[in-house]
Amino acid sequence: MKVLEVERLSIAFGGVRAVSDVSLAVSSGLVFSIIGPNGAGKTTLLNLISGIYAPQDGRVRLGSEDVTGLAPHLLARRGLSRTFQNLQLFLRMTVLENVMVGRHRHESTSILSNLLHLPSVSRQNLQTREAARSGLARVGLAAKAERPAGSLAFGDLRRLEIARALASEPKVLLLDEPAAGCNPVETEELDGIIRSMVKDGVTVVLVEHDMRLVMNVSDRIHVLANGRTLAEGTAAEVRSNSAVVEAYLGVHGSEEAARAFG
Amino acid sequence: MSMRALLHHRLAPVAAIAVILLLLPLLFPSTYYYRIGALVFIFALASLGVNLLMGFAGQVSLGHAGFLGIGAYAVAIGATHLGAPSWLSILGGASLSGLIAFIVGRPILELKGHYLAVATLGFGLLVAIVLTNEAAWTGGPDGMLVPHLVLFGFPLRGSQAWYWIGGITFVVGMVLALNLIDSPTGRTLHAIHDSEVASRMLGIDVARHKLVIFVISAIYASVAGSYLALLNELITPDVSGFLRSIELVAMVVLGGMGSVIGSLVGAALLIVLPQILTILQEYEQMVLGIVVMGFMIFLRQGIVPGIAAALGRMRT
Repeated sequence: MKVLEVERLSIAFGGVRAVSDVSLAVSSGLVFSIIGPNGAGKTTLLNLISGIYAPQDGRVRLGSEDVTGLAPHLLARRGLSRTFQNLQLFLRMTVLENVMVGRHRHESTSILSNLLHLPSVSRQNLQTREAARSGLARVGLAAKAERPAGSLAFGDLRRLEIARALASEPKVLLLDEPAAGCNPVETEELDGIIRSMVKDGVTVVLVEHDMRLVMNVSDRIHVLANGRTLAEGTAAEVRSNSAVVEAYLGVHGSEEAARAFG
Repeated sequence: MSMRALLHHRLAPVAAIAVILLLLPLLFPSTYYYRIGALVFIFALASLGVNLLMGFAGQVSLGHAGFLGIGAYAVAIGATHLGAPSWLSILGGASLSGLIAFIVGRPILELKGHYLAVATLGFGLLVAIVLTNEAAWTGGPDGMLVPHLVLFGFPLRGSQAWYWIGGITFVVGMVLALNLIDSPTGRTLHAIHDSEVASRMLGIDVARHKLVIFVISAIYASVAGSYLALLNELITPDVSGFLRSIELVAMVVLGGMGSVIGSLVGAALLIVLPQILTILQEYEQMVLGIVVMGFMIFLRQGIVPGIAAALGRMRT
C-alpha cells in the first residue's frame, strides 16, 4: 500500500526550476531514501511534501487523501512529521519538554480548562510526560531529560529532534539529513533508530548524504539531479546505475570508479 | 506533601505574593503608600498580560496601552453615557478589548519581529487618536471624570480599596497565568517562541495560538486600565499613549521575560523608583535612566531570572 504519493511535483524560484516533474510513491513500512548531489532539490522536495512550500504544479497524496497545498500543521494532524537539516529545536525548553510538545496533536488544548488547570489538565500533563519519557529512552536521551535542550551536543540534538517527531506518532516521517554533523558512532546509532521505528510501522522518507547509511538502511532509493528524477531502485540498482555515478562523480570520476570497483 | 514539593509547586509564587500583599500595609506610614501599592499591582497586571504575549509566546506588542485605554474609557463612558454600573463596564471593556484584539490580531500576528512591533504601535496610536478626537464621548484631550465603583451597595473608592482590589486581581491573574504556562497551551506558546516552523510540523496551529494569547493579554491590560481609571477617578487619552505602551514593555523586560513575578518586580521598579528619585529633583529622570540601563547591563535576562540564575550558581 502506498502511504505517500507525489505526482509530477514542480516549483520554480525566480525562474530556477528547483523541483521539476518529480513523481514518487512510498510504500507503507519501508525506508524510502532521496539522494542527489548538492542543489539537486532534495530539501525543496521535502518542503513541498511537508507543506512548507505550496507546489506550482502536481499533487501530493497522503494515504488516500489529496493533501496538495495543505498547511504543515494540518498535514501533521494527518500523520506526517519531519525533522530539519538545520535543526529546529525549542532550545530554551528542556529536553523532555521538547518531546512533550511533540505530543501536541494527541492533547486536548481547551483554553478555558488550561487557564483553570482543571484536573483533566494535570492528568494530561502526566500522560504527556510519561509518553515523552519513554520516547527519550528510545533514542538514549533519558538521562538528559531535565537539561535545557540548548546545552546538548550536536549529535544528541539530532536524536532529540527525531524523538520529538516520533512523539507525534506519525505514519510518515521525513528525515532531512539526520546524519549531517554526526560522528560515525552516532550515525551507527541512527541506523538502529531508523530500523526500530520502521519496525513500529513508521514509514521513513530519508534525505541523506551519508551513503553508507543510505545504502544500509534503504528499501528504495530515489535519485534527484538538477531538480529532476534521475533514477529509482534498490540500493544495488542505484549503485550500478551509470547515470547516477556520473551525476555524483562527473564523467571522469565515474570512469575512475568503474576501474576501481571493477 | 513534602516541603520540597510545596516549594516547587506551580502555585508556590502565588503564595509568596499573597503574603507580601497582606503584610506590606504594615510598613505603610500613610495612605499615600496604598496608592503606590495599588498602582504597582494594577500595572503589574497589565505587564503580566504583555509578558504572556511577549515573554512566553515571543510576540512583541508596542500598542498594549491601547487596551489599557479601552478598559479605562469603558468605565468612564459606561457610567457617564450608558448608565451602566462600573463592575459591568469593567466586564464590558474586557469583552470589547478581547473582541478588538481578536479582529486586529488576525492580520497583525502574521507579521514578525520589527514589522509586528510597528503594526502594534500603529494600533496603540489609533486608539489614542480616537480617544482624543471623539470628544463627544470621551471629553477629548481633557479626559473625563470616572464615577467610583459601587459593589453590592458599597462604594469602593480611595487608595486603600484599590490596593486590595488591584492586589487580589493580580494574584488571580498570576494563578491563571501559571496555570496556563503549565498546560499544553503553555508548552505550545513556548514552542512557537523558539521555532514556528517546528511547531507547525508538530500539528500546532500557530496563528490560532498567537491569537488566543493576544486576546488574553488584551483582557489583562483592559482590566488594569479600568482599575486605573477607577483609582484615579479621572482619565485622559494619555493612558493609551505610546509612552505607556513602552512602559509596559519595559516592565516586562526589566523584571524578566517569561517570569510571572518579574512582571510585578518590573512594575514595582518603574513605579516606586521615580517616587524615590523625586528627592533628586531635576536629576530624577537622568538617574532613573541610568538605573534602568544598569539593570539591563548587569541583569540582561531581567531581574528575577537574573537573580534566580545567580542563586543557582551559588548553590552548586
